[in-house]
This record gives sequence, C-alpha cells and structure tokens, in this order.
Amino acid sequence: MDQINSGDTAWVLVSSALVMLMTPGLAFFYGGMVRRKNILGVLMQCFTILCIISLQWVLFGYSLSFGPGNPFIGGLDWAGLKGVGLEPYADYSATIPHQAFMIFQAMFAVITPALIIGAFAERMKFSSFIVFSLLWATFVYAPICHMVWGVGGWVRSMGALDFAGGTVVHINAGIAALVTALFIGKRVGYENKSFPIHNLPFTVLGAALLWFGWFGFNAGSALAANGLAANAFVTTNTATAAAGLSWALLEWKLSGKPTMFGMATGAVAGLVAITPAAGFVNVCGAIIIGLLVSVFCFIAVGILKPKFGYDDSLDAFGVHCVGGAWGAIATGLFATKSVNSAGADGFFYGNPAQLIIQLKAVAVTVIYTFVVTAIIFKVVDMIMGMRVTSEDEVMGLDLTQHHERAYTILE
Amino acid sequence: MKLIIAIIQPHRLEEVKKELYSVDVNLITVTEVLGHGRQKGVDEFYRGSKESGNLLRKIQLEIAVNENFVEPTIKAIIKGARTGKIGDGKIFVLDLPRCIRIRTGDEGPQAIG
Repeated sequence: MDQINSGDTAWVLVSSALVMLMTPGLAFFYGGMVRRKNILGVLMQCFTILCIISLQWVLFGYSLSFGPGNPFIGGLDWAGLKGVGLEPYADYSATIPHQAFMIFQAMFAVITPALIIGAFAERMKFSSFIVFSLLWATFVYAPICHMVWGVGGWVRSMGALDFAGGTVVHINAGIAALVTALFIGKRVGYENKSFPIHNLPFTVLGAALLWFGWFGFNAGSALAANGLAANAFVTTNTATAAAGLSWALLEWKLSGKPTMFGMATGAVAGLVAITPAAGFVNVCGAIIIGLLVSVFCFIAVGILKPKFGYDDSLDAFGVHCVGGAWGAIATGLFATKSVNSAGADGFFYGNPAQLIIQLKAVAVTVIYTFVVTAIIFKVVDMIMGMRVTSEDEVMGLDLTQHHERAYTILE
Repeated sequence: MKLIIAIIQPHRLEEVKKELYSVDVNLITVTEVLGHGRQKGVDEFYRGSKESGNLLRKIQLEIAVNENFVEPTIKAIIKGARTGKIGDGKIFVLDLPRCIRIRTGDEGPQAIG
C-alpha cells in the first residue's frame, strides 16, 4: 500500500497554488502589452480560461489526459473524477493523494490555452474565444498531454524527456499561437511593427509573478519535496536569470540601450526553455540554456516575425514555441543521470540518441497541434466567426465585448 | 494667423500626423479629450446595471498656422482622419490675434513656424 507523505503532499498543494497564480500573472504580462482599450479583454480571457478549464478538467479533461486509454488519448473512466480519490495513484505519484496530482495538473491545463491569447490578442470575438479554447483544451491539450505524460502514452514510451511541460505546454501553445495568428489575420493598422505597450509596469509585474509561480511549475513537477525539486528550483532560477540578462545585453549591443521590456521578455523565455530540462540538467546546463534562449527568441521576434509579416501580437509563438523547442532540444544535449537517475544522459554525456528522441517528440507535437488547431479554428470561424468587426476592433474589446473600460480620464 | 482645432478618432492620430508632415506642418499640440456627438457615446455596465451615454475618447489637435497653411492643414487632417463613419470628428478654425515665441520674444507670423 502506498503511503501518503505529508511533506510531498504539502509541497505539491503549494505548487498547485503557485501555478494557479501564473495565469493571472500572464494576464498582466499580456495585459500591459496591449493598447489601453483592450486590457480588460485580455484579463477577461485569462480569467475565463481559469474558470472554464478548471471545470472542464474535473468533468472530463483530466480523464482524457491521464485516464486509462490508448497511446494517444485517455478514456472517460475517470470522468467527473470517478475513482480519483484521496489515495495515491502510484503510476503518477506514489506519495501524494491522487487528487493533489490532479489539481496540480489542472493548473497546467489552465495556463496552456491562456498562453495562446498572446497571438490573437485585441481582435478575437469573446464568444468564439470561449468555444475555441474549450475545443482546443479537449482535442489538442488532452491528447498531447496523454501522449507525453500519460501511462502508456506514445511519446512517453519513446523515452522522450519533458520534466515540466516544454512540449505539452510551451511548444503546444506556441504552435497553436502561430496557427491562430496566421488564420485570424493582422490587427487593423498593423504594419510589421508592434503597437505601443500601454502599461509596461503591468508587464513587468506579470513577468515577476510568472517567475515566482514557475517555481511551483518546475520544482513542483518533482511531485515530491526532495532533492530533485531543489535541483529544478535552482536550475529554473539560474536559467531565468541568465536569459533575462542575455536579452538585455543583446539589446545593449544591437540597439544601443538595454530595456526593461527586453529583460522581462528574456526572463520569460528563460523560464520556458528550462521547463523541460529543469529536473534533468545541472546548473551549468541551465546557464547555457538560459543564455542561448534569448538569442533564439530575439531572432524569432525581431527578425523572423517582421520578415514573414504575421501578427503574433504579443509573441506567444516567438517566445513559447521557439523557447520551448530549444528547451526540449537542450534537454537532449545537457541531460545527465547524475542529476536524475530516472532520466537519461544527453548528447554531451555520451548519449546522442537522446537528442533524436527529443527531436521526434518536438516533431510529433508540432505536427499534431498545427493540424488539429487549424481544423478547430476553421470550424469555429465558419460557424460563429472568430474575429470582431473592424468597428469593434477600433473601439476596443473592453467596450465592445464587455461594456467596461479600464481607465477613466475624468475622476 | 489662424488656430486650427481638430477633434479626431484616437486611432487616426498617426495617419493625421503623417499627412500634416507631408504638407510641412510640424508643430502640433495633442490632448486626450472625452466627448460625444450624435452617436451618444457607448453603454457601459457596472455589476449588472447599465449606464448609458458615456463619453468616448477622442484626440484634440491644436495647430497655429499662417494664412497660406490653413487650407493645406485642413485638407491633411481630413485626409488622415476620415473613415466615412460616424464619429470621425470636427475641425474648427479660429482667428488668432497674437502669437509670441517665448524663447526669443518674436511676435506674429514668424513666431508660428
């Protein structure tokens, strides 16, 4: 009989709360970046996902993601949390209540669709947004989650390493971001340069909350209060620090001045990149992962996006997909069994095969997510229309979708 | 000398500025204002209760020009600000009796540009 460990349980529950805070953190990170007429639209979308996916998860999302099923998706045996009780479920976590594992995973399921918001910000119709997000969580998140983390999942069986969700969360959301940005089209008046950020302090506050919450995301993914959690905590902080610094230095060198926005963006890119690697690499690996992720994301955001002309408004693809892909590949380079005996050695520790497995895991996620997200988008677009009218877009989502405004001029 | 006051849609400001630069009008003052014309603003909700007739954000431009710049300035503002929909705004042209440049004490037409 598996024994519940009180330290492990406490840590996973606290981590769940930390990860929950990331979604409002993300809301402020994104909300500060949009124009002032759209901030409530962004906050509302993040908050709506928090409400809707929390329900979807306990009703059927958790069962589809982690329940018994085939290699591609779980079944409905655990729908409504049937059989998901207070005893441990050893295949996932032998020392904490099954429901603690479930609610920890719920927060991941919440933040993943919320990340996509950055791509279609300032122009999606609220009703269509709800339908799209719910379908996406069900037909994209659940299968990818099951394939990578579920017992018997296809990608998991290949031996792919993904400590805390580089593929499941970041590449997944990042590719969906690219699809939605391409399909919904550019914002009115967008000409390959971003609109001015209306509240940079909000964005920095959001980035700080993300950094804080990410300790739960990564160190919590050890699912125990142990040395591995401490390793993940240390690598997370180290890679994030390196990435924030590296982005600011790049700007300093290339455009003359380091910016607050650049440093905050770099820190988030660092958090993304270390996510799959946090429990498999040591602190040297973390520093290299952090220093380089800013270079790759800087190129994606600053050079590729203007060149191809898609309007990924808040760089959900440029930061999460590019950073996530680098993290997944870097795990194949820098992973070492000296950190985590349950993991594997990477390229630099004498096991080049791991790199190939990591690349396969990335490819599976990219292809599946691209295709299914495209189908969901087109179906919802055909039935309900994804985009607000150009009049509503010009007036802003706050007033037209919610009949509210964030800031007053008088009083 | 005239003082031209224009009330425009906030999202047309960049276009209007571009048009003004193209006719060599480079000195403008911009203020954020609230107002509504015939369309009576927009409804808002506060925890379920509707509050109608709220004011919309607009941008007000003030531009002091010499006589030969009056028509080009008006044309530039219209070109940049017009969308053809209700709410595009208004232009007011006022006589300007005096204009003084603070730095030099210059007065009259040469103080404007």
